[in-house]
Amino acid sequence: MIELDKVSRTFQVGDQQVLALREVSLSVAAGEYIAIMGPSGSGKSTLLNLLGLLDRPSGGRYHLDGRDVTDLNEAESARVRREKIGFVFQSFHLVPRLNAAANVALPMLLAGVAPAERKQRVTQLLAEVGLSERADHLPSQLSGGQLQRVAIARAMSMHPALLLADEPTGNLDRATGREVMGVLEALNLAGAALIVITHDQDIGARARRRISMLDGRVITDA
Amino acid sequence: MRLLDTFSLAWGTLATQLRRTVLIGLAMSIGVGAVVVLTALGEGARGYVLNQFAGLGANLVIVIPGRAETTGAAPGVLSGQTTRDLTLKDADAVARLRWVSGVAPLNVGAAQITRGSLGREAVLLGSSASLLRIRHMRLGSGQFLPDGPSDQATPVCVLGDKIRTELFGNTNPIGSWVRIGERRFRVIGTLAAQGQQMGFNSDELVVIPVAAAQQLLNTPSLFRILIEARGRAAVPRVKADALALLKARHEGEEDVTVISQDAILATFDRLLTALTLAVGGIAAISLGVAGVLIMNVMLVSVAQRRAEIGLLKALGASAGNVRALFIAEAGIIASLGAAGGVALGLLASFVLGKIYPQLPILPPLWAIVAAVATAIFAGLLFAWLPARRAAKLDAVVSLARR
Ligand SMILES: Nc1ncnc2c1ncn2[C@@H]1O[C@H](COP(=O)(O)OP(=O)(O)OP(=O)(O)O)[C@@H](O)[C@H]1O
Ligand SMILES: [Mg+2]
Repeated sequence: MIELDKVSRTFQVGDQQVLALREVSLSVAAGEYIAIMGPSGSGKSTLLNLLGLLDRPSGGRYHLDGRDVTDLNEAESARVRREKIGFVFQSFHLVPRLNAAANVALPMLLAGVAPAERKQRVTQLLAEVGLSERADHLPSQLSGGQLQRVAIARAMSMHPALLLADEPTGNLDRATGREVMGVLEALNLAGAALIVITHDQDIGARARRRISMLDGRVITDA
Repeated sequence: MRLLDTFSLAWGTLATQLRRTVLIGLAMSIGVGAVVVLTALGEGARGYVLNQFAGLGANLVIVIPGRAETTGAAPGVLSGQTTRDLTLKDADAVARLRWVSGVAPLNVGAAQITRGSLGREAVLLGSSASLLRIRHMRLGSGQFLPDGPSDQATPVCVLGDKIRTELFGNTNPIGSWVRIGERRFRVIGTLAAQGQQMGFNSDELVVIPVAAAQQLLNTPSLFRILIEARGRAAVPRVKADALALLKARHEGEEDVTVISQDAILATFDRLLTALTLAVGGIAAISLGVAGVLIMNVMLVSVAQRRAEIGLLKALGASAGNVRALFIAEAGIIASLGAAGGVALGLLASFVLGKIYPQLPILPPLWAIVAAVATAIFAGLLFAWLPARRAAKLDAVVSLARR
C-alpha cells in the first residue's frame, strides 16, 4: 500500500540544513499495525507528515496504492488526504466552537457528503467510539479521553485505508491512553492500516511491527 | 465542499465572534447608508427643481428680447443686450403660427395699488386671457382677464390672494374699484392662494390686460412672450417657427432668444445628476474604508486561527476550500452590512422626508443597487489577501503551534 523509496526531507533553518529524514525506504501493506519509536528529534513526525501528504519529500519517491504521489499538486493531495488518510493528533485539534457531532462531520463536509448521509454516519461513528450521549457536547465539556475518541471518530468518518496517529496518548493518563489505543486497534482490526508514533514502550509492544528511528534514519524494523 | 456547507461553516465562525462581526457589519452599513441617503438627497433636490420647472408647463416656449450669447450657460438666465423691442404685434403674429395653441404676452413692473386708505406695492403683470392656462394659475373667484384684442386696455384687474386679503379683508372684492398707479381698475377676479412658484409669488400679483400695463409702465415693449405649443412634440417646431417669424419681422435680424424649458430642464437635470453622483461617489469612499477594515480584521483572524486552518487541511481541505471559507465570511459580513445599510439609508431618507416635506426624497434604485454591489465587491476584494494567506498556510507548521 505504501512504498517509500529513499525519501529524504531537509529543512532550511537560517543558513543551516537540518536533515530530518535521510533516505528512508519503507513499505507498508494494507491493514498493518505499526508503531514508530525513537528519541525526540529523530524524524518520526516528519515521516508521518510525509506519509499523510501534509508535507513533501526533498528527495526520493512515495507511492500510495500504486500511484506516485510525490509530486501531486495541492488540490490533488488534499483529495487523497480526504479519501484515504485519517489523522489523530497528540493535542486532539477539535474545533472549539463545534460540538462533537459537527467535529466528526468535518471531513465529510469537506468531501461534499450529503447532509442526510452525514448525520447518519456521525451517529454511527460516535456509537463506535462509545460517545453517543455526547454528540451535542462542545469540546470544552469533554474529558481528554473523550476528546481523543471524538478525534478518532472524525479520522474514520471517510473510512480511510490509512490511519496516522502522532502520539495519540501523549496528553492522556495511562488508563485513558489504553482505552484510546483500544479504539484505534479495533479500527485496525476492521481493516485500516494503523501507524502510531509513541514513546510508550507498552503501546509499542502491542503493535505487530515496530520501527525505531534515530537521527532521521530507520534503524530497526521488525 | 458544498456551497451551503461553506456558508454555514463561515457563519458559525462569525456567530462565535458576534461583537466583531456586528462592528464590521456596522462600518459597511454606515457606508452603504451614506450612499443611499446622500443620493436620495441629491435626487430630492433634482426632483424639487424639476417640479418647479414643470410648473411652467411642458409645452411652454418662451421668447426673450435680445440675444443671449450662444456660448453662455443656460440661455434666458442672462438676457443679452436688447437691440429691438418685442411688441404686442409680434405676439399677435406668433399666435397665428401653426402648432401654437395659445400666446400670453407679458409685461412686468411694480406699482402701487390702493383702495381708499389701504395701499401697498404689488407686482404688476400685464398679460392676456391665455396666461391663466399657460402658467397653470388657479382662479379663486370671479373671472380672469377677458378675451379680446390684445391692444385693448380694458381697466380691469385680477388680484393675488395676499393683495386681496390686505385690501379687502373678508369682504367680496368682485366689482369693486381699486387704484393702480394713476388709473382706476375694476376687480373682476381673484387668484387662488398658490405660494411660491419659480421665484414668482402669485399671491402678490396684480394681473391687468397687457395694453393697460404698457400704458401704466409707459413702455411699448414686452418683457416676454409665453407660447404654448400643441403638445410636447411640437415644441422644437414652434421654437424654430417663432424664431424664423420674429427674425423676418425684425428685418432679418435674429435679436430674440427662444427657449423652451426642455433646454433649461436638461441643463439643470445634468447639473444635479452630476452633483448626486459626486456626493454618492464621495460616500462610496467610506465603503473602501470599510473594506480595509474587513481586511485588517480578517488578517488578524487568519493569524488566530492557524491551528484550525491547519486542521482543515489535514482533514482534506484544499487551498481552494480554505480560501472559499474566508471569502464566504467576508461575503456574509458585507451582505449583512449592505442590507443593514439599505435599511439605515431608507430610514434616514424617510426621516429627512418628514423634516423637508417639500423635497421629494426617495433613494434612487440605481444608487441602492450600486451601493450594495460596491459594498459586497469591496468586501470580497479586501478579503482576497487574508483568504489567500490562509490558503497558503503550511498545514504542518500551523498544526505544530498550539
Ligand atoms: N518545520 C521545520 N523547520 C525546521 N526544522 C524542522 C521542522 N520540522 C522538524 N524539524 C527538525 O527536524 C527534525 C525532526 O523533527 P521531528 O518533529 O520529525 O521529530 P520527532 O521525532 O517527531 O520528535 P518528537 O518526538 O519530539 O516529536 C528535528 O531536528 C526538528 O528540529
Ligand atoms: Mg513528533
